[in-house]
Amino acid sequence: MGSAGLEEYVDVAVVGAGHAGCEAALACARLGLETVLFTMSVESIAMMPCNPHIGGSSKGHLVREIDALGGEMARCIDHTFLQSRMLNRSKGPAVHSLRAQADKAAYSSRMRRTLERQEHLQIRMQEVTDIVTDDENNLTGVRTISGTLWHCRAAVLCTGTYLNAVCIYGDVCVPTGPNAMQAADHLTDSLRGHGIDIHRFKTGTPARIDGKTIDYTRMTRQDGDVPVIPFSFETDPSEVQIEQVPVYLTHTNEETHRILRENLDRSPLFSGKITGTGPRYCPSIEDKVVRFSDKQSHQVFVEPQGRDTDEMYIDGMSSSMPEDVQVRMYRTVPGLEHARIVKMAYAIEYDCINALQLKENFEFRHIPGLFSAGQFNGSSGYEEAAAQGLYAGINAAMKILGKDSLRIDRSEGYIGVLVDDLITKENHEPYRMMTSRAEYRLLLRQDNADLRLTEKGYRAGLIDEDRYKRFLKKKELIRAEIERVNSIVIGAGEEAGIYLKQAGSTPLLGSATLAELIRRPELDYRKLAPLDPDRPSLPDDVQEEVNIEIKYEGYIKRQKKQVEQFRKTENMRIPDSLDYDTVPSLRNEARQKLKDIRPSSIGQASRIMGVNPADISVLLIYLKGYHT
Amino acid sequence: MYKSMHDTIAAISSAVSESGIGIIRISGPDAVAAADIVFRSPGGRKKLSDAVSHTIHYGYIFDREGGVIDEVLVSVMRAPRTYTAEDTVEINCHGGILAMKKVLDAVLHCDSYPGSDNSIVVRAAEPGEYTKRAFINGRIDLSRAEAVMDLIEAKNEYALRNSVSQVRGSLYNKISELRSEILYEASHIEASLDDPENLDFTPHLPHFRDKLSEWKETIGRLMSSFEDGRLASEGIRTVIVGKPNAGKSSLLNLFLGEERAIVTDIAGTTRDLLTETINLQGITLLVTDTAGIRDTSDEVEKIGVERAERALKDADLILWIVDSSVPLDENDIRIASLLSGRRGIILLNKSDLETVTCEDDVRALLDHPYQDNEGGTGSPETIINEYSASEDNIRREVRILPFSALDGSGYDEFIMILKDLFFHGKLSWNDEVVITNARHKLLLAQACESLERVCESLEAQMSEDFFAVDLMDAYEALGTIIGEEVGEDLIDEIFSRFCMGK
Repeated sequence: MGSAGLEEYVDVAVVGAGHAGCEAALACARLGLETVLFTMSVESIAMMPCNPHIGGSSKGHLVREIDALGGEMARCIDHTFLQSRMLNRSKGPAVHSLRAQADKAAYSSRMRRTLERQEHLQIRMQEVTDIVTDDENNLTGVRTISGTLWHCRAAVLCTGTYLNAVCIYGDVCVPTGPNAMQAADHLTDSLRGHGIDIHRFKTGTPARIDGKTIDYTRMTRQDGDVPVIPFSFETDPSEVQIEQVPVYLTHTNEETHRILRENLDRSPLFSGKITGTGPRYCPSIEDKVVRFSDKQSHQVFVEPQGRDTDEMYIDGMSSSMPEDVQVRMYRTVPGLEHARIVKMAYAIEYDCINALQLKENFEFRHIPGLFSAGQFNGSSGYEEAAAQGLYAGINAAMKILGKDSLRIDRSEGYIGVLVDDLITKENHEPYRMMTSRAEYRLLLRQDNADLRLTEKGYRAGLIDEDRYKRFLKKKELIRAEIERVNSIVIGAGEEAGIYLKQAGSTPLLGSATLAELIRRPELDYRKLAPLDPDRPSLPDDVQEEVNIEIKYEGYIKRQKKQVEQFRKTENMRIPDSLDYDTVPSLRNEARQKLKDIRPSSIGQASRIMGVNPADISVLLIYLKGYHT
Repeated sequence: MYKSMHDTIAAISSAVSESGIGIIRISGPDAVAAADIVFRSPGGRKKLSDAVSHTIHYGYIFDREGGVIDEVLVSVMRAPRTYTAEDTVEINCHGGILAMKKVLDAVLHCDSYPGSDNSIVVRAAEPGEYTKRAFINGRIDLSRAEAVMDLIEAKNEYALRNSVSQVRGSLYNKISELRSEILYEASHIEASLDDPENLDFTPHLPHFRDKLSEWKETIGRLMSSFEDGRLASEGIRTVIVGKPNAGKSSLLNLFLGEERAIVTDIAGTTRDLLTETINLQGITLLVTDTAGIRDTSDEVEKIGVERAERALKDADLILWIVDSSVPLDENDIRIASLLSGRRGIILLNKSDLETVTCEDDVRALLDHPYQDNEGGTGSPETIINEYSASEDNIRREVRILPFSALDGSGYDEFIMILKDLFFHGKLSWNDEVVITNARHKLLLAQACESLERVCESLEAQMSEDFFAVDLMDAYEALGTIIGEEVGEDLIDEIFSRFCMGK
């Protein structure tokens, strides 16, 4: 590496300027810490190298939670989206999920602009090759390829898919990061040298096709919602009612599948050229054809990449097949018969870590001061990355500032589920957020993300006083209105009877509270306005919250009870210094797992695979003695 | 999930002795209140909650309908001067094992008694839980607690093995089947919530409703089978088979120590199925003697043979009595086919006479059980299909030994084999069985309740995201019965069954 020369001094160094890195760097700088954000290329800041959308089932929840904590992603997409839809609208409010198609270039440049304008933050285009530690393995700095030593008090690794990246399709195998960006080939060795356990994961992306060569008349057009609901709780809804761009739906068919099957031996996935572990979610099209051989057709969404480009993203057909197979298989799809490929589909392999090495605050257990986030932690997805980046960034800052770590448990947010899963469970594939992973999801809704997390964002210092006051006011309005609705009694009068019939309900036999009526399946808070003349005028989001809290009260109460139980074991903390070798009677498997993962609470310990209830009893008894 | 330390718990705390006296211990904040619900003094006036600490009271335990279960002595001991340092009530029962089970059952269900306000809830204690509480509440020191930890571990391992060995055969299969069906539906729901543009659960709802009532019915049947049969006379369901006059009834008599079945030299004298509860050195066998299995034209005896075959299917253990004084014949061939894949002990009876049939002959027959099955009344294939077992299994599960029901030779070895088969010679059986069974029943009830909640949600027109949790609760409860955890089952099922992700 270059000769030792320059030395620079900052508080925090963030390595990588993808979705995780941007959030981490912004959080630190906003908290007043001098921050440097390293990127392989300034052109790749907040790049979306795969699908062109943000949000979707459970991911939309993450974006809103990021917003509630004072992150940037929601605001950025609100200003750069092409189309927006609320998914699962026919289901319960807990699974409503916002998803927006993004203008990739606009998203990227807006985020870059935000970074540039941020005080205390500098962007530096340079490859970080080493982490530097003192004798006690505390992080003291990072070194770049030119030999410059950047002294820092904390570093956040957000290297995404760039470490020792290789892009592969057919026999073509090029050592680059996504979108032919230069890979980072040095840092892994330094990390290994510091005892960090490295995994190799794989993911893939479909082809981009020239929109001028697509016949959209053979596809089903899909438009966005009107009106559009913004992601950020701070965005004025009137600002997002833009002219939207459609997405198109088409399907693969038997011919597509036949071509893939006949060429399976040419796929680097099946020939063994690819060794990394891929996700089971979003499998490549050849994977789908093999694993779900009884399905005769798979959905394909053709999605715009931006307003200023004809490039279309062929969602559902990621592949690492050779070029000739790709050309032929895409052209079997209705509407793509004459399609010209702009960018080939490819698979990408990269180095990442086993996140069990991290503490609850995303700091490496054996390298104090070193934090990590995003795809580097073994996850997949922009939203998962951004959420982790924000979380790790805040916690790096908290450490430097000597404040309590940000802690979000499984009952408080999808981010809590994400963090806990990553640091507790063996992860054998890129981890994707899913609604089924959240056991308390009836409480973790996208509509109440602000109510759940604004307080934590405020305490961390990322939510300003104005916003905090607005939040407190909203909370109070909701509380007061729920109380009022519970106390309003509607009599079985003639007028009420007629109205209820009109609304598709049945007249009252005796009297009922307004809350009881709201709970009828066919009614809701808004529909009952005519029977509620004294109703105060309230903002839409407050009305929505009141409706949900009352309508689903039974379910919500039950989940809150479950959360109480969960909290009991969650609050039984395990001292950091506990030496598991001195705990008698633990089974060997459990002892090893506990030593590796070092859970912070009895609750977390009980979620570790291989630690059974008997081990937990043993631990509880031991801890009792340990304290006294 | 870890159970709360603050619950009130109950269990049979003494091993069931021959005299039939045993203790049920209740510990926790609601111990006295719970006992008050099920206890009545002779005058009907005395309340245990008014009783002074460390006093003993005479009275009766009642069931929900007001019927007397047992005459008892109840000790009331208030915190902190008790073993667990919590309020503790001990119920001394007299009525033997069945009464003890019923008393425990009553305590565990005290929340459903008329007049109770549902706020008093008692759950079955986990293995070692009393001692754990005693330690945590500071009643015993660390060195004693460490010994206890070993015990907890051993007991847990045992409980797991116990539950697995106990819940096998048809019950195990039924629960596994139920679970995989529930998991499939739950994963279908989750997959459609995660990828709504690709999958929709709504059209599947009518089918789901049918499934739901099917599941509830199955669980209901399982629960009542616990109540009627299995729980009332708990033990290893053992069936004695053998061709006519091989000495089945003599064996039963040897076990019983008295002559109860008719023993004659005329083949086919045992027509009814006799069921006896027999305690052999701490192991309870629920023994059914069968009519000799053979081709018959006698209608009455035919019914007996059919019953025997049915009993065989449900058996935990098969004792095959081979008459070693005569050669194997077609009746033995038929029995060998019934035995395949089952847990069994083969007794080469009449070792006091000259041996004509030896162990190797029987082994040969077991290895090739269908060399001559023509003319048999039942079809061995159908039975074999139900219990499809490999030869490996046969060798592992079946033990053979010479025996004489007449002079008792081979009896001690038989007991050892029996212990080995069921407990690997480690632990006694009786007191744990009752507890695990009470827990199993509660778990079935829990599963049923969760499914009931799903129905309520459907009734209230709630979408599937509301009841998916309840579905997985039922899945988890059923899993606990057969010793399986949930882990990543749901996520794995989603990915293996559904093609996800656009």
